[in-house]
Amino acid sequence: MTDFILILVSTIFVNNFVLTKFLGICPFLGVSKKVETAVGMTYSVVFVMTLASAIAWLAEELILAPLGLEYLRTICFILIIAALVQFTEMVIHKTSPILYSALGIYLPLITTNCCVLGVAILNVQKEHSFLQASIYGAGAGIGFGLVLILFAGMRERIDLSDVPALLKGSPISLISAGLLSLAFMGFSGIVK
Amino acid sequence: MIEAVLSMGGLALAAGLGLGFAAKKFHIEGDPKVDGLAALLPATNCGNCGFPGCRPYAEAMAKGETTNIGLCSPGGVETMEKIAAMLGIEPVEMEADTGPKVAFVREEECIGCTACIKACPVDAIIGANKQSHTVIADMCTACKACIKPCPVDCIEMVAVPVTVYSWMWSKPENSASLH
Repeated sequence: MTDFILILVSTIFVNNFVLTKFLGICPFLGVSKKVETAVGMTYSVVFVMTLASAIAWLAEELILAPLGLEYLRTICFILIIAALVQFTEMVIHKTSPILYSALGIYLPLITTNCCVLGVAILNVQKEHSFLQASIYGAGAGIGFGLVLILFAGMRERIDLSDVPALLKGSPISLISAGLLSLAFMGFSGIVK
Repeated sequence: MIEAVLSMGGLALAAGLGLGFAAKKFHIEGDPKVDGLAALLPATNCGNCGFPGCRPYAEAMAKGETTNIGLCSPGGVETMEKIAAMLGIEPVEMEADTGPKVAFVREEECIGCTACIKACPVDAIIGANKQSHTVIADMCTACKACIKPCPVDCIEMVAVPVTVYSWMWSKPENSASLH
């Protein structure tokens, strides 16, 4: 049990996928303009990452490793992730058209999000068990979502502040992201 | 080798079937007008019409946000007329597409003012002050930016001569019915 809590703390705070591993920067900067879209994106990413790490672990354990097909890992994982994202897109389109149009192109872009493929491959590298892998995926998704929502809140505030004309828009966002990353360095060393 | 093909193929088949069922289950009724208009457009999403793709253009026409139904240049006059028939409005004025063109300078009339050279965005015109100018046909993108600046009107658009290197198949008779 403590093992799982440690994994969650590690992926959400200490080894945060966006701020420490620098994966998934594209949606991090693209969807963080408003807090509502960030929340919606978080749901989809947590769902995709958890399921993707679970199914990818199963694929590795049941198909790739027994048949000696480790060289097909990348293709296989991308296939799984792409199918999951398509499924998620259909569900969101049906249940919440507003969220669907708010997320726009960033929803299918979860397929190419290095965060999702990263978590699947890291699970294999760290030789996690099935439960550890799923919790790792969930934690990574929650960590991504946490940072996304934090940053969305920050950006909404920055938009209303007196930013020098030179830095308005992307420059001040990137600087703030760097400062947020520095802040999260304070967590380092809590969990290995 | 065979395990790789079978396992990956099996996984892909499972994913495809799963997505197929999900598509049926989560099916959303589209607007039939928009679907009909989108079926007439070439679906290449080139953006020439100014909209971010063929479907947004179809949606804009269906909602009445744009009355110009002749914006699709790859579709040409035939597509515009089919759209007009579907929407029940008059066909609009549209430049008939007579094939690819390039600019051509009639060098006997050229006075060597370099106005066209300055206008060309791809530097396809060669020449110097007080010397005759000419267009390099391979580099011309037919944007027509050089035609207005010429003070003696000696530039015209001519059809690209069809050679072995530039021949292309003609469009199918009834492309909309292929859907």
